[in-house]
Amino acid sequence: MTTFATEFQQKSGQYTTDRGFRAFIQKGLSGYYKKRDENKARFQSWQGARDHAAEIKYEAINNLDRHLEEFAEKIEARGAKVFWAPSAFEARDYILSVARENRVRSIIKSKTMTGEEIHLNDALQNEGYGVFESDLGEYIVQLRKEPPFHLVFPAMHLTRKQISDLFQKELGSMPTDEPEKLTMIARGVMRRKYCEADMGISGANFAVAETGMISITENEGNARLTTSLPRIHVAIVGIEKVLPRLEDLALFLPMLATAGAGQSMTCYNTMYGGPRQPGEPDGPEQMHVVLLDNRRTWLLADAEQRDALGCIRCGACLNVCPVFKNVGGYSYGTTYQGPIGSVITPHLRGLQEWKHLSAASSLCGACTEACPVKIDLHHHLLQNRRNAIRIKSVPVEKVAFTVFSLLMGHPWLYRLAVILGRIFQPLHPLVEDTILDPLRAWTCSRAFPRVAPSSFREQWKKERGEKSA
Amino acid sequence: MSDGKTIILNRIREALRNNPAPRPHPGHGPLGIGKPHSAPSVQTCREWLPKVGATREEQIALFALQSEALKTEFYRCATIGEARQIFSKLVVAEEWKRVATHDAPDNVALLEGATVETLYADKGYAIDALESCDAGVTCCECLVAQTGGVMVSVASAGGRALSVLPPHHIVIARSSQMLPDLTAAFDLVKQRYGKNLPSFLSFITGPSRTGDIERILVLGAHGPKRLTVLMIED
Amino acid sequence: MRISLFVPCFIDQIYPQVAWSVVRVFEELGHYVEFPDGQSCCGQPAFNSGYWDEARATARVALSAFRDSEVVVGPSGSCVAMIKVFYPQLFAGDPQELEARELAAKTHEFSSFLVNTLGVTDVGATFKGKVTFHDGCHGLRELGVKREPRALLAKVRGIELLEMAEAETCCGFGGAFAVKFPSISSAMDEVKCASIHETGAEVVVSNDSSCLMQIRGMLEKQKSRVRSLHLAEILASGLSRPFIR
Repeated sequence: MTTFATEFQQKSGQYTTDRGFRAFIQKGLSGYYKKRDENKARFQSWQGARDHAAEIKYEAINNLDRHLEEFAEKIEARGAKVFWAPSAFEARDYILSVARENRVRSIIKSKTMTGEEIHLNDALQNEGYGVFESDLGEYIVQLRKEPPFHLVFPAMHLTRKQISDLFQKELGSMPTDEPEKLTMIARGVMRRKYCEADMGISGANFAVAETGMISITENEGNARLTTSLPRIHVAIVGIEKVLPRLEDLALFLPMLATAGAGQSMTCYNTMYGGPRQPGEPDGPEQMHVVLLDNRRTWLLADAEQRDALGCIRCGACLNVCPVFKNVGGYSYGTTYQGPIGSVITPHLRGLQEWKHLSAASSLCGACTEACPVKIDLHHHLLQNRRNAIRIKSVPVEKVAFTVFSLLMGHPWLYRLAVILGRIFQPLHPLVEDTILDPLRAWTCSRAFPRVAPSSFREQWKKERGEKSA
Repeated sequence: MSDGKTIILNRIREALRNNPAPRPHPGHGPLGIGKPHSAPSVQTCREWLPKVGATREEQIALFALQSEALKTEFYRCATIGEARQIFSKLVVAEEWKRVATHDAPDNVALLEGATVETLYADKGYAIDALESCDAGVTCCECLVAQTGGVMVSVASAGGRALSVLPPHHIVIARSSQMLPDLTAAFDLVKQRYGKNLPSFLSFITGPSRTGDIERILVLGAHGPKRLTVLMIED
Repeated sequence: MRISLFVPCFIDQIYPQVAWSVVRVFEELGHYVEFPDGQSCCGQPAFNSGYWDEARATARVALSAFRDSEVVVGPSGSCVAMIKVFYPQLFAGDPQELEARELAAKTHEFSSFLVNTLGVTDVGATFKGKVTFHDGCHGLRELGVKREPRALLAKVRGIELLEMAEAETCCGFGGAFAVKFPSISSAMDEVKCASIHETGAEVVVSNDSSCLMQIRGMLEKQKSRVRSLHLAEILASGLSRPFIR
């Protein structure tokens, strides 16, 4: 087992035994389910919307080069600089150089998972830049020196008391158990930061090719402030975020809100088409769009799983995944959690090192059902498993399944195995649930069924005679 | 030496060459129960989204309903005078000292006679000055019935920050600006601006909010805590 | 109709009464049931773990066992899904691809077959008790089976059908997943059992015996009074025609 796989087993083992924690996460999501269902019901056809969204993303991803070129051309025509970053290294390097060249001192950030992916904050902080996360949830986990717990709800694992204690410790504020008061404390701190920052870094939910605009979806208003007040705006955008037309947003914005947050629309959905234009009263003097590949093209090359690039990062799959709900976001140990994370991480970070995330699933398919763009998530987990085995099988498993297929193909071998099973079964209770128990993985928490004294096929033969085709 | 753009575009072309992906299954589930597959068109996106009434009255009613759920304060005003009254009441009740706005006839008419200092953000502003305003008054591109949202742009909202920095955002709109849905809003913007789209467009749907603490809704996270829409019938 | 019975390996070995219940229900409705002898396993365990070559070798046995069948019915959502949904993928490009597709087309899950093919919802069963139904994930999401078991249960005399909040949530079995990731599997099982207990039901019913094995295992460990039965066992209760096994 690799380190990542072992860590996953350890962390998930920890979280699954913490029933209070699991109940807390479940409670947090219950409000979301109700509102999501209400909003889905308002659609004339949520399934029709999914089909349409899947088609648009299909068009976008399978013509990615054309759309990216159009996007870059259009936004550059309005004075934005587009930097194409083949990997995380070039992206970080470029952003650092922008900060250096412009004598930036203070940086404010709105939520960007792509920024998390390339560990941008660490790179900036190592160079001595103060980086402030403006999204409330991100700010909270930043103060705790933790990564986000969930793609969309970074601090959902924390109680108000934990947050109050955190603010008291880091900000010297008065303890309170009111979410409103805690929010206002953060708001107060951030207002100064917005006004003082030289550079605002954002992500983007979509990049519209037709009009050369990025689109940012949020509720708090922190992204709008991050991209309005500082004199430099840097947007870091995965290349797969591209949409062909402006009108496509008319479908995607409501779907993102519904699937992601159970809202009909989030509070602010903003399109940015460049830096401050001549005649405009405010806005950044410079706008830089960093288009990030970082192995997305590897996933693109896998035609079977290419649809995973259509992900709009709504988090709906996390919210319905029974594994995620029981192990929490930190067990995954990587930027992208939940089903989508389990699907794409092997492509972005290595199949052999990360295949365990694809194995840690019962393949229930709730994720695929929830995905607004119809990514075939749970089948991709199966495909990852197959792909991993094709390159390198696990010797014990290989032997076991070879024996298994032999047994199943040869009735006399099968009968022998059954007889052996019946002999050993009565001995099992002697070792059951002890370290000698070969079935310990099952019996530690569940009773193991007894093999029937005679099988159905034996009974059929006996009682119905040789009546078979 | 190749630059990043060439590298990435080459990678993409290589990945896609002779390597087709299966089309999405129409309908529900892998067995493809449902409609036969057809290419998407902009018109059909309306087929799936929530229904919006065809008449202006129905649309206004829907907008009002949405506003209630969003906690947007929505007023239908017969005249600008009525709007002005509502505004003056707010000035007094909230004890406003300074209000930011931009130079547009409706804004000027709204603020007429109000006992507040006015900062015209479209004439340029110091950030601290805008930050200390009690409210921001703007126009809008349109109102969107389907979502209960207000679409703003640089021109119609005096820049990027005016409608988001002060803690109370007031929108003055006309009933003729009511549009059914987002598609109509995008059409409007394209018609109005052609190739010179503003560098900033935003759909504002209710006052700012967050659920980041125990998933409990709190208004006024960073953006305005209150959103008031004064719609004058025309 | 001549119905070929497909009996998944663990029903064969651990829950043979489920298979007998299926036979009984079909014979009650006047159909002829046969049990093709050569069948063994659908190949899902190897398939799910990524060993598709070994899975294919196992699946070939199923292809020949059911070659002459008119229609194949199995009381297991996951095994039927393996044949209907995954055999075409497993045999893509293989000389037996066409045969695999044909088998996929003529194989059906038990409740879906009764309701959608035979057009039957009332088999004439009687079962007194408060019952809640667990939707096995493969049946639910790969095969679209949701209303069929409920339509059948609704017609059982004396039954009270209660819906649990987590009916569609995975029980945590997932094959090898249950032993590779036992703590996660058990946590999911706990959530399921809690939801069952919340309904006040006396019996939990499913159309997938592997799920029942998982749920039953935890209920026993918890010393719960809730029993578990396969849908076929409920439908075979109180039938009027005398049944000779």
